[in-house]
Amino acid sequence: MSAREEILSTIRRSLGVTGQEKPRLDTVTERLANAPRGLTVARGQLPHEGQVALFKEQAEATLASVVDVASYQDVPAAVADYLRQNNLPAQLRIGSDPRMADLDWGKTAIELSHGPSDGNDLAGLNHAFAGVAETGTLVMTASAENPTTINFLPDHALVVVSAKDITGDYETMWSNLRARYGKGQMPRVVNWVTGPSRSGDIEQVILLGAHGPRRVHIMVVKD
Amino acid sequence: MSAHPTTKRFIANATEALADPQLQRAMTNVRSGFIDKRAAVAAKLPEFEALRDSARDIKNHALAHLDLYLEQYEANVTAAGGHVHWARTAEEARKIILGICHDAGAKTVTKGKSMISEEIALNAALDAAGIVPVETDLGEYIIQLRDEAPSHIIAPAVHLNASQVESDFRRVHTHLDAGRDLSEPVQLLTEARQVLRSKFLAADVGITGANFLVAETGSSIIVTNEGNGDLTQTLPKTHIVIASLEKIVPTLEDVSQILRVLARSATGQEMSVYTTFSTGPRRAADLDGPENYHVVILDNGRSSMLGTAFQDMLRCIRCGACMNHCPVYHAVGGHAYGWVYPGPMGAVLTPTLLGVDKAGHLPNASTFCGRCESVCPVRIPLPKMMRHWREAEFERHLSPATMRSGIKFWAFFAKRPALYRFATSLMMNVMGWLGRDKGRFSSVPLASGWTDYRDFPAPQGGTFQSRYQAHRKSTPNNGRAA
Amino acid sequence: MRLAQDKAASRAPRVGLFVTCLVDLMRPSIGFAALKLLEQAGCKVEVPSQTCCGQPGYNSGDRATARDLAEQVIRSFSHCDYVVAPSGSCAGMIKAHYPELFADDPNLAPKAQALAGKTHELISFLVDVMKVKSVDASFDGAVTYHDSCSGLRELKIKNQPRQLLGSVKGLTMVEMNESEVCCGFGGTFAVKYGEISNSIVEKKTGNISESGAPTLLAGDLGCLLNMAGKLAREGKSIEVRHVAEVLAGMTDEPPIGAPRVSAQS
Repeated sequence: MSAREEILSTIRRSLGVTGQEKPRLDTVTERLANAPRGLTVARGQLPHEGQVALFKEQAEATLASVVDVASYQDVPAAVADYLRQNNLPAQLRIGSDPRMADLDWGKTAIELSHGPSDGNDLAGLNHAFAGVAETGTLVMTASAENPTTINFLPDHALVVVSAKDITGDYETMWSNLRARYGKGQMPRVVNWVTGPSRSGDIEQVILLGAHGPRRVHIMVVKD
Repeated sequence: MSAHPTTKRFIANATEALADPQLQRAMTNVRSGFIDKRAAVAAKLPEFEALRDSARDIKNHALAHLDLYLEQYEANVTAAGGHVHWARTAEEARKIILGICHDAGAKTVTKGKSMISEEIALNAALDAAGIVPVETDLGEYIIQLRDEAPSHIIAPAVHLNASQVESDFRRVHTHLDAGRDLSEPVQLLTEARQVLRSKFLAADVGITGANFLVAETGSSIIVTNEGNGDLTQTLPKTHIVIASLEKIVPTLEDVSQILRVLARSATGQEMSVYTTFSTGPRRAADLDGPENYHVVILDNGRSSMLGTAFQDMLRCIRCGACMNHCPVYHAVGGHAYGWVYPGPMGAVLTPTLLGVDKAGHLPNASTFCGRCESVCPVRIPLPKMMRHWREAEFERHLSPATMRSGIKFWAFFAKRPALYRFATSLMMNVMGWLGRDKGRFSSVPLASGWTDYRDFPAPQGGTFQSRYQAHRKSTPNNGRAA
Repeated sequence: MRLAQDKAASRAPRVGLFVTCLVDLMRPSIGFAALKLLEQAGCKVEVPSQTCCGQPGYNSGDRATARDLAEQVIRSFSHCDYVVAPSGSCAGMIKAHYPELFADDPNLAPKAQALAGKTHELISFLVDVMKVKSVDASFDGAVTYHDSCSGLRELKIKNQPRQLLGSVKGLTMVEMNESEVCCGFGGTFAVKYGEISNSIVEKKTGNISESGAPTLLAGDLGCLLNMAGKLAREGKSIEVRHVAEVLAGMTDEPPIGAPRVSAQS
């Protein structure tokens, strides 16, 4: 008997089932198909402007910085502002998200490097799939356009999120993700990012910048 | 370290721990930090208690259908291009992992924090095979330098003070300037970040645990604050997930419910910094991510816990709230428990994994104060499970003979009320008389565990029942107060 | 007149006082304080034959002994309207654990359930069931209160003792830090794991001292013996009593662990 067979049969024996029982099989099939929502948390159940405001408030509480950007065309200037304010060189690691494909970076004199981060970038920019107002959480999905390493290797993680992609709770975000990728399908990785990297491992003192980015700067695009 | 449990010498371990001023100082951080933070964040969420019920119900449902959800999970991992391996025992798990590392030609392996990897003593096996494991979670890294085991399931170095970390970094990071300033914790963090960054980039294989495995999508989830788990699983060519089989949760919505109570119960955060859902290796269009994705599902006794009095323990989501609130854990710290899992959850789980004959002290060293159960996000009745272990020991005659005979002696009298009243009245009169001058005894035979540290108050003399009977006889109106 | 008296008597709840073995053996005055409080609240109190609720055996894994003793309690107290104990731990044993002890016994399960349903800890019984709002007692000075674990977590006793203490003339209540943290007694734990128990009770006596109150109260004699014993060994002069003694205005007895004879004699 293989390890797999033995483990499954021990589970069945312990539960007192054969594994063939139709009611059980139906229960599992239904739950996986319907994915019931569970308890809704009231906090994020607001009109959309309220959700955007809540998202910003919650994100700032986790020590991310958040700015409003009127349209995608204003992103390069917002990035330049951030780099300047933080005494960073005018260099940026960036993916190739189609929503930012035709931005005019020329005026900013920022030197762009495209593709995954190699660990030598001070600042990187990705476009989030969504934001969840409930806890100020960014939802990043891995793709060629938004390589995961840009979320983790640079010291400063800049993220663009479209205001219309901000949801009140995680469950709504999952519905949107399923609509985009298909039921049961996921990108290689979905990262929920809630603030900059931190550790409390030394005497329970919370310190920022453990291994991931020391700073998370969120640009909420209204457009 | 974890390969050699010292659970049998719990009392000696505890004595050492109580006499260790560094440890005692460090444990005050647990008492104030974790407890206050959890209370504050729970108070901020009106739905918190209802979410605990929801989390409990989801886990119960998953366990009741575990075989079916495991099959679905496996199918979805495979469909996404990943590989699922099944390990009955710790030894099988080690073999599988070593095999994958061997195939990958691995020289160094980075590791995200994984209690399961401690349970199977993976690092020692990797070392023996000539593969260098590098712990990347800051706390795990620190204790790896000290060749120690973790003392808490989410805060592995909670037993240490900053000065100890500084001296370890100076001892090991000899390539750095000896005159550098490491007096501030943030300087220690910065140094660890620099040292480990190159290790992340050089690793051939990354091994993580999984907080949850989602059946609906075949995803593994890690929950961290540092980002080390993500660098571990993203940069190397091969990512191995090692997880015990009760980590299965049916859907993305289900796991979201549980995630709402996890960080709040563990560190008092509303959400951990990084919650990462991984599904298979990199896709054709991806520019980064591992090329190989393996999941090793470990049983190691869990399948036999189903259908028993210990099934509820399988709901555990490894938050650490129980030990954060346990007065015994505060007193002796995690190492005293002698193996991988400390505190109340360790007291229940360790006898299952090591045998109650070896780990019997753990469920016995509890006052049943119930604080653990009151904070467990999935409402595991921990004292009840510890009592089950005491029953098992009693049935197998593993409890100390003095305790058995003490209870039997007590029961002999207690089952005979008339004799009880006679004997106790006599004895309490004697003891009351003996203790009348001081009002207490500084030593009592057979009770040195008490009187080594405390006095024992003397009885008033007589017993309530004898005095009440006397009072009734001498008072009209059937003893009712006038 | 006689008719009204009979009517009043027939309306008075019939309470079986479960004194607990510790109170019975170590400090009968708590039993008399309980008796007084219950009668003042309008109960008709009796003291059925009793020894022990079975908790020591239960927590040591000896279910058979626990069941034997529990059965005795069920037989002795079934006829009462209520069973009241001056102890959260023993009341909790009957209320929360007797049903589980007899879950697979078709004969005793309903009886255990029935008894559990009418068993209460003393102070919560007075406040929650008898609707006592205040007591007619006085006590000069500040007291601090330890929330015993079983009472707090199994029976949700928290406000009730504070409410009644608030009505005692002259008494001020000072909350200690960590009043809800275990005192380290845990029955046989205090002897089997004495060193750890000591570490826990040391933190508790530290909190008690810091409160500044000269008197410590609690609702469970096990906890009180433990804390009084530690305070005495530490040479602290804090007086320790059961809350029932203060509420019943019966504080002539020396506090727990204090000499019975006066220092002068």
